[in-house]
Amino acid sequence: MSAPLIAEGALGASLAAAIALGVGFGFALERAGLGSARKLIGQFYGRDFTVMKVMFSALVVAMLGVFWLSRFGLLDLHAVYVPLTYLWPQLFGGLLFGAGLVVAGLCPGTACVAAASGRVDGVFVLCGFFAGMVGIGVVLGDFADFFESGAHGAWTLPELTGLPYGAVVAAVVMLALTAFAFAEWFERRVR
Amino acid sequence: MNGRQRPARAYADPYLAGAGLGLVLLAAFVLVGRGLGASGAFASTAAGAVAAVAPERAAASPLFSHYLEGQGPWLEWLTFELAGVMLGACISAALAGRLHFAVERSPTLARGSRLAFAFGGGMVMAAGAAFARGCTSGQALTGGALLSVGGWLFLGVAFAVAHALAPLLRRLWS
Repeated sequence: MSAPLIAEGALGASLAAAIALGVGFGFALERAGLGSARKLIGQFYGRDFTVMKVMFSALVVAMLGVFWLSRFGLLDLHAVYVPLTYLWPQLFGGLLFGAGLVVAGLCPGTACVAAASGRVDGVFVLCGFFAGMVGIGVVLGDFADFFESGAHGAWTLPELTGLPYGAVVAAVVMLALTAFAFAEWFERRVR
Repeated sequence: MNGRQRPARAYADPYLAGAGLGLVLLAAFVLVGRGLGASGAFASTAAGAVAAVAPERAAASPLFSHYLEGQGPWLEWLTFELAGVMLGACISAALAGRLHFAVERSPTLARGSRLAFAFGGGMVMAAGAAFARGCTSGQALTGGALLSVGGWLFLGVAFAVAHALAPLLRRLWS
């Protein structure tokens, strides 16, 4: 047996899995308190590192799972879709996104969580996000060259650095543990 | 809403919630061979809406054209996933006594201003997510876990900018 378990053409099963996985995603974010803009934004003022802790522990757990499952032959890495790299638009997109995030206080995923738990500010973030998508989509044709620039396909850190997959995984784990230790130290110092 | 009578439960330990989220993400890789996301649901819905009004304009957009192929914009995987997110968040909030109407804002910021900034910030994030081909979930979390160069670039830049701009926007969040 080798994962992915649901064939690409099985639309019904795939969409049913989408809903089930979404329920888990939303449940975990709400449990952590990330439907609250003020809690989320505490990250950027050094008051509350929940965003970084949740994000990095999720990233590390999934990364280690993918690494070990593929190593034992249980997951076919070639069948997992890796988001494509387009260096310049992603750099520019990150700049805009980070700026919008401190103003809005919620990212699209956490805005859904906020809205679903009754927060009207979350609904407004979602409405703005949808309006922005319509607007940028309509004009993006004029920036098509930039949008496609720096294309590297499914490009990974092991390929970039020339290091073995396992070494990069270990480095990310070390980075996360260092960040966790710093956050705990800083939060204790502020309190 | 029972949130008023019953005191809300404390939020979960962030490492525990994060590990749970990581297992959900891993389950997505194992079940369907793709990760979680959010902005794609809005991009595909926007593609469908624009295509209904101005089909040629939509087909000419490098953002929308992608969603108009295959199953079309209304059967996008991320739209169903995001419906699940709303459901899961609602269940979690209800179980914890946190389900009630509110505008979350700094006490020094008027309600209308908070909502205007929420809307405007959302618009700017949409432009960012369109150029980056994903947001905090699709690029930073999913791309990050798969060690995508673009995912880590987006994660690093977005967080650095947010940290750098925060001191200038203290008035919004004091």
